[in-house]
Amino acid sequence: MVDLVQATLHGDRRALARLLTYVENEREGVEQSLAALFPHTGHAWVIGVTGAPGTGKSSLVNALAKAFRRRGQTVAIVAVDPTSPFSGGAIMGDRIRMRDLAGDKGVFIRSMATRGSLGGLARATRDVIRVLDAAGFDVIFVETVGAGQSEVDIVRTAQTTIVVEAPGFGDDVQAIKAGILEIADVLVVNKADRPGAENTVRALKAMLEMGHPAAREQLTRHHGQLVSVELSSNGGELWIPPVVKTVAPEDQGIDDLVAALESHRHHLIEARALTGLERQHIEIELYDRLEAALMARLLKAIPGDVLSDVIRRIQARELDPQSAVNTILEQA
Amino acid sequence: MTTEQPIRVLIAKPGLDGHDRGAKVIARALRDAGMEVIYTGLRQTPEMVAEAALQEDVDVVGLSILSGAHLALVPRVRELMDDNGLQDVALLVGGIIPDEDVPALKAQGVSGVFGPGTSTEDIINHIRQVVASRSGNNG
Ligand SMILES: Nc1nc2c(ncn2[C@@H]2O[C@H](COP(=O)(O)OP(=O)(O)OP(=O)(O)O)[C@@H](O)[C@H]2O)c(=O)[nH]1
Ligand SMILES: [Mg+2]
Repeated sequence: MVDLVQATLHGDRRALARLLTYVENEREGVEQSLAALFPHTGHAWVIGVTGAPGTGKSSLVNALAKAFRRRGQTVAIVAVDPTSPFSGGAIMGDRIRMRDLAGDKGVFIRSMATRGSLGGLARATRDVIRVLDAAGFDVIFVETVGAGQSEVDIVRTAQTTIVVEAPGFGDDVQAIKAGILEIADVLVVNKADRPGAENTVRALKAMLEMGHPAAREQLTRHHGQLVSVELSSNGGELWIPPVVKTVAPEDQGIDDLVAALESHRHHLIEARALTGLERQHIEIELYDRLEAALMARLLKAIPGDVLSDVIRRIQARELDPQSAVNTILEQA
Repeated sequence: MTTEQPIRVLIAKPGLDGHDRGAKVIARALRDAGMEVIYTGLRQTPEMVAEAALQEDVDVVGLSILSGAHLALVPRVRELMDDNGLQDVALLVGGIIPDEDVPALKAQGVSGVFGPGTSTEDIINHIRQVVASRSGNNG
């Protein structure tokens, strides 16, 4: 795998593709590869694209990728689709909307199934992004599953998050419910050629304005556990997500969208929030990994029959759950 | 993790015919058999298929061809895949393929040819077999 790392760093696409498979499969030895690649990461601009199924995420990524390519930047795309809980299989059709990008060696598209993960990304998506970052791609788009709910993983991974809406998707109320506005850095109303687009724009703007300053701050802090501290300590202005109308298959509104993305990036840089954001992402990731590692270590240290015995005693009301935890920790 | 990893399959429709019902039926059957299927849609050029197979690092590429252009398209896809270093990746062809063309296709690096009457079960078994026989050297 040492060879794969070197080849990937030198732009070998086949090696990159194979390494991504190993990362996705959490293959034995891949930790060393990721460690070797890590010093080469931290350069890519990671842009998340989320929103309900069928709103046009893939079509938008296609249009955006073309726009960034015209500016001479290389683009990687990670498109995440749900794994069927029944069979463990998946159908991933995002490439259908990305055919304009075929034949361009400055673009690399990878489809990824969630494999049981629930937060809108797969467990290995973070590492997949890292490999693409080390491979030198300037911009990395991450299209989430689009369940519309609990898409929290993406804001812990991307620097800029686009939330895509489309007219007639029962948007308004649902968007608030799903907390989708809280994660948006840029809001897109795609399918602006469809009736009702203006209503959707108006509804979104009204909701954004509804948040009076205090509420806005709350939202920002929530999004951010990430940016708020940096922002206020810097006296910088709050970022209000712009609403951009697009017709993705016609490339309409894409220049405006690119401009909105750029200004969000500038905002992060000027507010000196980029490093704060990264620090938060690292912190969250570290806790995630610690949790998983500690749990694995604990389970290894405890004989299996101890656990089943404890479960039996809890059910028999001989032991309450918290005392059981204390007992287990003492034994480990 | 030592659990078995899903087989990855690219399903593509090269050529100009505009029917992808069959391809979608196969895609669903493979998903239901626990495979990860990347579906690329209609009117793919051989270049697009070979490039997608490379990026997605699939185990198997399945081509659905109804247009009668299989003798031109299939060898070209195989050649481009080999150029991309994908000699290990199995190539399957489904669709309307006359019996007399099957030997020629197989001689050109196609592992299986499946006509309209084929059961999805046969395709699933074929894929599992070629992937199992191959994974020895691929690890
Ligand atoms: N009229 C119209 N149709 C669009 C527009 N953008 C996308 N579509 C169509 O909407 C459908 C869904 O588009 P996708 O880009 O696949 O949407 P998606 O959000 O990626 O879908 P999933 O990945 O399945 O959640 C396709 O048939 C597109 O052609 C648009 O701006 N206007
Ligand atoms: Mg999509």
